[in-house]
Amino acid sequence: MTTQKSLLEAISIGKRFGGFVALDAVDIAIWPGERVGLIGPNGSGKSTLVNCLSGATGSDTGTISFDGRAIERLPAHRRTRLGIVRTFQIPLPFTSMTVVGNLTIPLRFAARRHPEAKAAESDIEQALLILEDVGLRDKAYESSAGLTQVEMRKLELARAVAARPKLLIADETMAGLSNSEVDEIISLLFKLNDQGIAIIMIEHIMGAVMAFSQRVVVLVAGRKIADDVTDVVMRNAEVVRAYLGE
Amino acid sequence: MRRIPSWIWPVAVAVFILTLSRLVENEYYMFAGYVVLQYIVLASAWNILGGYAGYVNFGSAAFFAIGAYGTVVLDKLLEPPLVVAILFGGIVASLVGLVTAYLTLRLRGVFFAIATLALAIVLQTLVMNWEFVGGPLGFYTIRPDSIAGFPSYVNYLFVVMLVLALISVLVARAIERSFVGRGLAAIRDNELAAECCGVPTLRLKVFATMLSGGLMGMAGAPFPYYITYLDPNSAFSIAYSINSIAMPLIGGMTYWIGPVIGAVLLAVIQQVATVTISSELNLMIVGVLLISFITLAPNGIVGLFESYRQQRHRRPGT
Repeated sequence: MTTQKSLLEAISIGKRFGGFVALDAVDIAIWPGERVGLIGPNGSGKSTLVNCLSGATGSDTGTISFDGRAIERLPAHRRTRLGIVRTFQIPLPFTSMTVVGNLTIPLRFAARRHPEAKAAESDIEQALLILEDVGLRDKAYESSAGLTQVEMRKLELARAVAARPKLLIADETMAGLSNSEVDEIISLLFKLNDQGIAIIMIEHIMGAVMAFSQRVVVLVAGRKIADDVTDVVMRNAEVVRAYLGE
Repeated sequence: MRRIPSWIWPVAVAVFILTLSRLVENEYYMFAGYVVLQYIVLASAWNILGGYAGYVNFGSAAFFAIGAYGTVVLDKLLEPPLVVAILFGGIVASLVGLVTAYLTLRLRGVFFAIATLALAIVLQTLVMNWEFVGGPLGFYTIRPDSIAGFPSYVNYLFVVMLVLALISVLVARAIERSFVGRGLAAIRDNELAAECCGVPTLRLKVFATMLSGGLMGMAGAPFPYYITYLDPNSAFSIAYSINSIAMPLIGGMTYWIGPVIGAVLLAVIQQVATVTISSELNLMIVGVLLISFITLAPNGIVGLFESYRQQRHRRPGT
């Protein structure tokens, strides 16, 4: 892995909200095709880090480069077009549109802007293929407002995939799902990873993180306290203390 | 198999109205029709930002008045042909739209609405204190003699407004069906999600505000010639702001035809009420209709029609 160039490299990311330091000089690097788990207790800054990486909020300090480009000053839509795509903790479907309509937005506004875009199929055809992949093909022409929770999560992922990401940031895509539904989403994420998409999984469900991640990054109170291969991190005393107490 | 392009219908209706305007002798119908057409422009323009993108503009009167006062300024300086005044009004209004957009589009929901309302008040105060255009006393425009090829100047104004209405409808329709319209709909549904799907939300909102404002300015440009006496209270009348919102709401905001239906319906009712009952009753009619539609049919007349059609489709199938 060290011989390859990193896909995303964020150095010394800092973010404060008033007097509260949400992120304190966090470094994170992601390599192409990697599966990384991002964990930490509530309020540790996971979502803030996602927001800073995806551009939903700007970071106060630090630099972020993606594919060799400095992106820390780019608005979110430009980052999406470059290939950093995120999903939301609470699904945010475009409720006035059908399921397939939801996917045509990133296909039109992000995927087509890729330098290597090769739109042999129409947006709708591509959208249907993606929906096939995530198992929402039979809901394609239904209103996205009427989906169940797990379907909404799948739509959220499908919409992210439609932006043709190189790095997918999945922000708690499994919170509140049943065990079998969690397994469904995990296998879906593996499938996407097989297609060459690097994935950052933010998750509270430890089983899911351990099953999925090659590497785990741990945030506590805005600082990165561990960043290593999954097994090593899980045996890290500081991590155990942060999660389980003394 | 070639289908008839559907933009032909608005054009055909416009041509039909144009023909009618040649046959009708009574000039009053031109006067009343002008107002209806003017509202088609305002409602369609408002809907580009308010209906498609979900940003409620309470300051339509400001953009309309910019167009009207743009004409006054030009009229005092060099008396150009009306077409020039319309283009001028449209350009100035869309530039004001550009500035407004950058100042206010970071505001969401009700805050944006209040900011646009404030814009109208600020501009009205400025015009009130601007002696060159008459200040609070207003300004008399002298209508040019009748234009060659038209029975009267009022008829000419009517045809001009008919063309503007047709342009607005075609523009609104084109936006709705283009990727810009899709992007605006995504913004309306969820702006953050839209941005993260690659939609350049700020640029689209600025574009929509400029286009919407520009069309409203164009609608206002012929107004000084229409009423011949323009003062701040009539140019900045709250009726324009309210009607521009009420008409798309009543007609339906998702499709271009909604504002047209709403504008025709409401403006005709107002014109009839003005003649038969009293001109004071107008805004009350709007209010009553607005409240009934918001409570009973939030998606407007087009929405009612659509849900009726969906029900009929569903029944035989399942």
